[in-house]
Amino acid sequence: MTTMTDPPKASFQLSMLIYDTRYRSYTFQFIALVLLMLLLGYLGANLVNNLAAQGQNISFGFLSNPANYDINQRPIEYDSQSSHLRASLVGVINTLIVAFLGCATATIFGVTAGVLRLSPNWLVRKLMAFYVEIFRNIPVLIWILIIFTVMTAVLPSPNQFRGDNADASMLFDAFAFTNRGIYTPAPVWGPGSLVVVLTFLASIFGVFAYRRYATKLLYDTGRLLPMGWPSLVILFVPTILIYFVLGQPISLNYPALKGFNFDGGLHIRGSLIALWFALAIYTGAFIAENVRAGIQAVSKGQTEAAASLGLRPNRIMNLVILPQALRVIIPPLISQYLNLTKNSSLAIAVGYMDVTGTLGGITLNQTGRAIECVLMLMLFYLTISLAISAIMNVYNNSIKLKER
Amino acid sequence: MAAETQMNVSDQVAVEITKMNKWYGAFHVLRDIDLTVYQGERIVIAGPSGSGKSTLIRCINALEEHQKGKITVDGTLLSNDLKNIDKIRSEVGMVFQHFNLFPHLTILENCTLAPIWVRKTPKREAEEVAMHFLEKVKIPEQANKYPGQLSGGQQQRVAIARSLCMRPRIMLFDEPTSALDPEMISEVLDTMIQLAEEGMTMLCVTHEMGFARKVANRVIFMDQGQIVEQNEPEEFFNNPQSDRTKLFLSQILGH
Amino acid sequence: MGRDQFAFVRKHMLPEAPPPATQTGAIKWLRENLFSSPGNALLTVVSAYVVFQIVISATPWFLNGVWDSPSLSACREILDGKTGACFAVLSERWNQLLFGFKYPSELYWRPGLAFVLLFIAAAPVLFGKVFPRKMLIFTGLYPFIAYWLIWGGSLMVPVFALIGVLVGAVVYSRVVTVNAGVAVIAAFVAALIFWILSGYVTGPMENVLAIEAVASRDMGGFMINLMLGVVCVSLSLPLGILLALGRQSSMPIIKWICVVFIEFIRGVPLITLLFVANVVLAYFLPPGTNFDLILRVIIMITMFSSAYIAEVIRGGLAALPRGQYEAADSLGLDYAQAMQLIILPQALKISIPGIVNVAVGLFKDTTLVSVISMFDIVGMIRGPILASAEWNGVYWELFGFACVLFFITCYGISQYSQWLERQLRTDHR
Repeated sequence: MTTMTDPPKASFQLSMLIYDTRYRSYTFQFIALVLLMLLLGYLGANLVNNLAAQGQNISFGFLSNPANYDINQRPIEYDSQSSHLRASLVGVINTLIVAFLGCATATIFGVTAGVLRLSPNWLVRKLMAFYVEIFRNIPVLIWILIIFTVMTAVLPSPNQFRGDNADASMLFDAFAFTNRGIYTPAPVWGPGSLVVVLTFLASIFGVFAYRRYATKLLYDTGRLLPMGWPSLVILFVPTILIYFVLGQPISLNYPALKGFNFDGGLHIRGSLIALWFALAIYTGAFIAENVRAGIQAVSKGQTEAAASLGLRPNRIMNLVILPQALRVIIPPLISQYLNLTKNSSLAIAVGYMDVTGTLGGITLNQTGRAIECVLMLMLFYLTISLAISAIMNVYNNSIKLKER
Repeated sequence: MAAETQMNVSDQVAVEITKMNKWYGAFHVLRDIDLTVYQGERIVIAGPSGSGKSTLIRCINALEEHQKGKITVDGTLLSNDLKNIDKIRSEVGMVFQHFNLFPHLTILENCTLAPIWVRKTPKREAEEVAMHFLEKVKIPEQANKYPGQLSGGQQQRVAIARSLCMRPRIMLFDEPTSALDPEMISEVLDTMIQLAEEGMTMLCVTHEMGFARKVANRVIFMDQGQIVEQNEPEEFFNNPQSDRTKLFLSQILGH
Repeated sequence: MGRDQFAFVRKHMLPEAPPPATQTGAIKWLRENLFSSPGNALLTVVSAYVVFQIVISATPWFLNGVWDSPSLSACREILDGKTGACFAVLSERWNQLLFGFKYPSELYWRPGLAFVLLFIAAAPVLFGKVFPRKMLIFTGLYPFIAYWLIWGGSLMVPVFALIGVLVGAVVYSRVVTVNAGVAVIAAFVAALIFWILSGYVTGPMENVLAIEAVASRDMGGFMINLMLGVVCVSLSLPLGILLALGRQSSMPIIKWICVVFIEFIRGVPLITLLFVANVVLAYFLPPGTNFDLILRVIIMITMFSSAYIAEVIRGGLAALPRGQYEAADSLGLDYAQAMQLIILPQALKISIPGIVNVAVGLFKDTTLVSVISMFDIVGMIRGPILASAEWNGVYWELFGFACVLFFITCYGISQYSQWLERQLRTDHR
C-alpha cells in the first residue's frame, strides 16, 4: 500500500552528491576528511624529515634516566639521582599544591569582595571596585613578579633578625618574614594526634547531621532549633576535650634563628608565596565579578516576594537568593579555577618547580627532547581541564531547573 | 459569504499530500495525512495544541522532513533533491507566529533580500516590487525603519509583504495573530482577507474562527496528528459531526 | 447614604512642594551610605583608615621623585635619606621600555606614527555612527601601511599584498551572485595564488621605494605587546568564525574536528603553546625553512585566541532565535547566503562584548613571551634594565610604569566594551 504512494526512487546521479540532502553531508565530510589527512600527512612528513636530518628520534626512554638536578621544593622523596619521571612527578605535585591553595584563597577573596561590592556602604563599594579594576586590568605575570620582588628584595634577610637591636623581628615570636621565605610554626604529631584529627573530621559531619535533624524536626513538628551556636559547639568542643584528655598530643615546632638561617618550623619559599597570592588575588578579582553578577541576576521580585511573605533578610538570603544565585555563579567559578590552574604554569618565571618548571623547563633543556616533553606537559594540563569540565557538567545537570 | 468566494477556486491542484506520516523520534506526530488543495482555496486548520497543525504546514515548504508518503507542491515533488526544495520554497511563502523579521536590515531590505539573492532580480526592480507590496499592506512610509521600531501588527504585515515579494503561488500562515496584542489582530486579519479576495491560495493555522467564517472555503480540524473532520465553514461550525470537534468548538467558542 | 458621602471633585490641582530638610542634602547621603548602622559605621572607619595610611605613605614617595639622575645610587644621594622614587630610570630608559633595546632610535617615529594611525583606523569601526563611512578605506589600508612603517623594507611588499586582497575581493563579488559558498573559497584561492606569484616578483625588488628595514628580533618593549595583541586578535577572528560554524554543524566529522581542536587549545596553558612556537614548531615546517620567532609566536597565539573566540561566537549563534534560521530557509536562501546575510551579522553583533573580553585577556597574556626570552616590556624590565649596574634595584618605578601602561589600555578597552554593550542594548529595542 505505502509503496504506491511513496515517491519513486530516482536513479543515482553524480550531481546528487551535492544536491541531494542525503548525500550532501557525506560529500562534505569526505572532503573535510581528505583535507585533514593531507594536512596531517604534510606535517608528519616534515617531522620525519627534520628528525632524520638531525639524527634524532621520538622516544620516551629518557624518563628513566637520572635527572641530575635538584629541586628546592620537594614534597616527596627526591634527589638528583632520581629519574626524570620522578622529577616530573614532583613537579605535578607542586602544581597541584599551588593550584589547590590558590583556588581556596581566591574563593575567599572573591566571595568577600563580591558580596562587599553590593554593600550599602559607599566607601566599601568603591574600595572593592577599585581592587577589582586594578587587578583585572594588569597581567597576572606582572603581579607575580611584583609580589616575588617584595618577597625576595624587600623583606629582611635572616641576618637582620640577629642581635638585641635587630632591624627585624618575628611576628608573635612565631612567624618570620624573610627574603628567603616565610617561616611558620609546624605541627608536631605526637602519639594520639590521629585521634584528635579524626574527632575534628567527625565533628564536621556532626554539624551537617545536626542541621539535617533540625530541618527534619521543623518539617515534622514545627519546632525550630537554633542553628548558630550549637553548630560552633559541636564543631569545636569535642575536639578540644579529646585534645586535653590525651595530654596535648599535637605541639608546635617554632622556627628559631640558628647561625645564618632559621631552623625548625615550616619553611614556605618566596616563590610559592608569590605564585599563590598573586594567583589568588588576581583570580579573586574575577570571582568577585562573577559573585556580584550572580547575586544581581536574581530578580528583585524574588526578594520582594519573600519579604512580603514575612521572611527575615538572612532567611531570604539562605533560602531564596543564594540557591538561585549559586546556579549562575558556579559554572564561571569553576572555569576561573581552571584558569588559575593553567596560570600556575607561570611558576617558571619565579623559579617555583611546578610541572612546567621541571618537565617543561630543566628536563627539556637537559635532554633536548622538546617534542616529547611539551607533549606530556600538554597532556597533563588537558587531563586536568577535561576532568574539571566533566565535574562542571555533572553539577550543571544535577541542578538544572525542571522545565516543561 | 463563503459561497461567493467559492467561485474563485480553480480545479488546478496546488498542494497534494498523500498518506503522509511523520515521526519525531518515536513520537508519531502526523498520521496518514491525505489532503488536496486546489488553486484559490482558503483553508483554515484548527485544533488543540499538539495536534500537529503547524507541523503539517511546515512539511509543505520542507522546514520539516516527512518520513513516509508523498507531498507535491505546484507539480513539483518534495523529495531529497535540493533543487526541488529550492523551487518549492520560492513558490511558497510563509508567515510565522513570531514574525521573524531580520532585525539588522531595514523594512525595505527585509523585503528585497530574497528577490535579489534567490531570484537574482536587479536591486532597483526588487525595490519597486517591495514598495508595491508595502503599499498593499498599508505601511509604505515605514520602508526605511528597522523592525524593532515597529509595532507587532506592523511587523506582521511587513512579514506578509516580505513573503509576497517572492510572488508565491501559495501562502502558509502559522498562527499569524497569536503573538499580537488584541487591538492589532484586526489589521493583520484585514490584510489576509484582502489577499484571499485577490485569489491567493492560503493555508492558515489559526484560532480566529471569525476569520474562518468570513473567508475560508474549507475548515480542517486536526487532533492527534490526523485530520478528524473537514467541511465548509457553515456546516463545520453549525453541524460538527465528530465528538472531538464538538468538544473543541465548545472550548474555543465558549468564552 | 452612599454617593453623598464620598462624591468629590477637586477644584484646583496641588503644585509641587519641596521635601523636608532632613530628607535631602549631604547629611542624608552620609547617613544613608556611610553610617546607616553600627556595623556600617565601623566598616567606614576601618576603610577610611586604610585609605588614609596608603595615601600618607605613597604621596611623599611620589612627590619626592627624582627625575634626573644617571643611576640608582645617584638618586639615593640626591634624596639624602628621604623616601622618594627614582623616576630617572623612566626618563632615561623609556624608549627601551617602549621599543626594545635594539630598535634604532632614529627610527622611533615610525612605530610611533603607526600607533597614532591605529586610532584613526579604528575610529570608524569602533564609533561607526560618528565617523564618515569613507574613513573605512583608510582602515582597510592601515594593516599594510603599519607593516611597512614598522618592519621597513620595500614598499612593493605591502603593495602586492594589498593587490592580492583586492584580487580576492573582486573574485568574491563576481562569484557571489552565482553561489555564495563557492565565492568565499574562490576568493581565498585567488588571493593565495596571487600572493605566491608575487613572491617571485618582489624578491628582486628589494630596494624599490624602500625605507630602512628592521629585523623582527630587534624589536621589543611595549610595542611587541601591542603588535601581538592587535595582529593575533585580528587574524583569529575569521578562523574563530569558521571554527564556531563547524562546531555547531550537523555533520559529525566536521563537528568533531572542530571540537577536538577547540577543547585541546582551551585545555592547555598559553605557555605550553609558546614552548611549541619556540622549540617544537620548527620540526613541523619544511626542512630548511627558518621562520622568525615572532612569526611562530604569532601563529601559536592566533590559534590560541581563535579557540576562545570560537566559543564566544558559538554563544552568539545559539542566542539567535531559531526563527531567524527558519525565515531565511523559507525565503529560499541557501546555507552560505543565510550565513553571510542573516545569521553571522546578527551573531557577531551579539558576540562583540565577549570578543572584546577575549581580546583584553589575550593582550595581557602577551606578556608571557618574556618567558621564552622575547624582550617585551616585562622582558625588558627583568632583563636589560634590572640587570644593568646603574639600575639594579629600581623595582617599583619600573613595575609601576608597566602597570600604568597596561591599566590604561585594558581599562580603556573594557570601558569601550561596556559603552558598546549599552549602545547595542538600546539599538535592539
